[in-house]
Amino acid sequence: MNYPLNHGETKTQRIDNFSVPSWLRRIFLWLLPLAFLSIFFFIPLSRILSLTFTIDTFSLENLGRALQVLLFTLYQALLSTLLTLLLGLPSAYLFSRYDFRGKSLLRALIAVPFMLPTVVVAAAFNALLGPRGLVGNLLPIASLQFIGTLTAILIAHVFYNTTIVIRLVGNSLSSLDPRLEQTARSLGADSFRVWWNVILPILRPSILASSLLVFLFDFTSFGVILLLGASKFSTLELEIYLRVLKLPNLPLAALLSVIQLVCTVVVSVLYTRVVTRTTIQTTPRSEASNLRKPKTFREKIFVSVFCLLLAAFFILPLASLPIRSLFRLEADRGQRGEVQYGFTTDYYAELFVNRRGSVFYVPPIQATVNSLGYAGATVALSLLLGFPAAFALARPTRLERVLDPLIMLPLGSSAVMLGLGFIITYGNWLTLPWLVPFAHTLVALPFVIRALQPAIASIPERLRQAATSLGASPFEVWKTIDFPILRRATLSAATFAFTISLGEFGATLLISRPEYPTIPVAIERFLSQPGGLNYGQAMAMASILMLLTTLGILMIEKFRLPNAGEF
Amino acid sequence: MLEVRNIFKTYEGELLLDDISFTVEAGETICLLGASGSGKSTLLRIIAGLEVPDSGLVSFNGSDLTSIPPHLRDFGLVFQDYALFPHLNVNENVAYGLKMRRMDEEEIRKRVASSLQLVDLTEFGNRKVTGLSGGEQQRVALARALAIRPRLLMFDEPLGALDRALREDLLDELRMILHHTDIPAIYVTHDQEEAFTIADRVLILHAGKIIREGTPADVWADPRSAFVARFLGLGNVVEGEVKRGVENGKWKVESKIGVFDIVCEHGHQGGDKVHLLVRPFDQRAERSRSMDNAISGVVSDVIFQQDRYNITFDNGLYIYLKDAPKVGEKVEVSVKVECLA
Repeated sequence: MNYPLNHGETKTQRIDNFSVPSWLRRIFLWLLPLAFLSIFFFIPLSRILSLTFTIDTFSLENLGRALQVLLFTLYQALLSTLLTLLLGLPSAYLFSRYDFRGKSLLRALIAVPFMLPTVVVAAAFNALLGPRGLVGNLLPIASLQFIGTLTAILIAHVFYNTTIVIRLVGNSLSSLDPRLEQTARSLGADSFRVWWNVILPILRPSILASSLLVFLFDFTSFGVILLLGASKFSTLELEIYLRVLKLPNLPLAALLSVIQLVCTVVVSVLYTRVVTRTTIQTTPRSEASNLRKPKTFREKIFVSVFCLLLAAFFILPLASLPIRSLFRLEADRGQRGEVQYGFTTDYYAELFVNRRGSVFYVPPIQATVNSLGYAGATVALSLLLGFPAAFALARPTRLERVLDPLIMLPLGSSAVMLGLGFIITYGNWLTLPWLVPFAHTLVALPFVIRALQPAIASIPERLRQAATSLGASPFEVWKTIDFPILRRATLSAATFAFTISLGEFGATLLISRPEYPTIPVAIERFLSQPGGLNYGQAMAMASILMLLTTLGILMIEKFRLPNAGEF
Repeated sequence: MLEVRNIFKTYEGELLLDDISFTVEAGETICLLGASGSGKSTLLRIIAGLEVPDSGLVSFNGSDLTSIPPHLRDFGLVFQDYALFPHLNVNENVAYGLKMRRMDEEEIRKRVASSLQLVDLTEFGNRKVTGLSGGEQQRVALARALAIRPRLLMFDEPLGALDRALREDLLDELRMILHHTDIPAIYVTHDQEEAFTIADRVLILHAGKIIREGTPADVWADPRSAFVARFLGLGNVVEGEVKRGVENGKWKVESKIGVFDIVCEHGHQGGDKVHLLVRPFDQRAERSRSMDNAISGVVSDVIFQQDRYNITFDNGLYIYLKDAPKVGEKVEVSVKVECLA
């Protein structure tokens, strides 16, 4: 999962269009992306910074609260990371050493949550273990307290990020030369010593890298904390949101943003350093050489029990959501006494009704329309900005080596912080619904660029030169060579942008207008309202979002080039 | 036809092309021969318009090409790595340049068919290019360049990626095609055998300069400089010092392998340091030579080479002999010693 810094040929001869010198063309390529980043990222960021360093910010009260929140954020992220390793490391071992039926399916299943919007994951756990969930209502468990506990947050984080450990550690485990183990054995080491002295030291960088990445995601987690923590816990990200919308204190929000940004940048830098070390460490070997079928009784037990455990852990919440959206388990509004249980499509039907006194001013299904519209705009915008940047980055000069980390910076800052930046910088324009796609593009752009860049770099310059010598003008070269070859990568990048926009929650929650809700925002509002009908609609909405996102993931997988778009 | 005049090009502060001038006449194939890094590929790209020289002029039939963009120059280009378009099949690859010229479908079909016939790939039209062998891919690239009926064909190490036997076959074929179509061509290579086989005229490039130009026979007979003699592998190159001026039309030159009487046309004076070329052929086989010099040495290695033996002496010289001497044997041969500029 290292950043594919595929810079193509280093010393390359490019088509210098004679009328336009190459440095000018580079500037031209960077013009739009940099303008966009400046307006929507760097200016808001500087506003946050200037707001932070005002006298109001550093009151004892603010500092005390900030410290308290920071400590809890670190605590829960650390705990989540440890638990993720606890599940992830044996899973990585399972996937990289054993060959068994249904393996690729199970692996794909575990990877699904990582791409799912946080609201969907939160809704899914709610559908399974929440007060109105399947377990609590179908099984005779007296008092199931899940929502609003630290356990809920931790479990959701593990659910989310286990795939990272499996991929990073699993990759280096399966590329481990089996002869190393054999040699150690032949030199007289028992199996414990082989693990302790040989395998673990080699795996250490990848374990460290995956821990840092998981920590980063847990540290900035928002939707899970908001929806499963039920306001009982506050992390930096959540506190920023609260201090913007619920208990306004913008200086404190800004201070928290800066603290969070510093932390994420430090962790990101550590991560990048570890990853650079991992990639040069061992030469990759074919994966098949390490795989074997479980043979001994102990192996068979381990493989089957662990597979079952993983399948249950990942299938149950994901399956609960659509099931709960189609089953009535309790009394809806106005129904007293007799409760109808059973199959229902009411929750979906209700989405099309604009009830007075409901959470919205519009039929809830409008949120789907809004989301699709925003997603479409995000795709267009991020491709428009991503293509020139990816073209420049595919053949990097000194300029690109400076700009590359700069353009990836929005990845390191959290969604809620982006929202805060928008609010304090463009607060007056927040009445304009079109601001939302710009926030989404900010989040999607790094992914789009990372999906396009390797594909562009893989087109040899010679191909363009050949086309030129055959009479193709620069535009015709692009139309007949670059574009057809890039079509798959473009589709994959577009789907990335689309899926990210559909699921974006943190920034949207802060900047979207009440009458233009998106699907995740609508789900949050339904979940925060009382009543079985609202709950059912949340389930229905979340199911729709899960379906759309899953389709997106399938599209990305289908169009993805090997190694493209990973991080 | 094509004229290249006073081309200079620096790349990252290094002088890559240093005052290059030459011409290519109608139907002529010239070969730019040089080691890698000698600037020959850059020169090709400048002629194609893919790169801009710092100064200098490229003109065709008397008209300056400076302001003509590469896609309007009508110069065919064939690369070492073929550069076939992976998303198009063989037919579509060959038709590409014709489509860019907005020809009508029927004409395109005819031209594609005749180009594929020229390179002996008639049956391959609907194949994917990624499934072809290296030699087949290079034929498609050649057909693609020929289809547009270019005013000039340029080859950048076209056979460099192919194995030896295939290279020889394709080279012969290419020679026939160039001869047959009468298109002027520039052929870039680092392989002297290739160059001598295909070229009407050879230009040897070294450190950004053309250091020798002429027909293959001329260049072979008189390499002029020690560098060219070494680069072409013409024989042993040794250092020497001119002892005395002319005597019976001959110079006396002293070297560590002996003192020789040689004819030298480069006007050396007594005391000049010169390079001598000792061709590895035993002159006793050709009685006609009268100015033979003798060299001798103890045999340190004998290598069998088809119809002769390659003999290495302990003083480092090598020579070709019909019969194999024994290692350790002392041998004396008469050789032709030439003076280099």
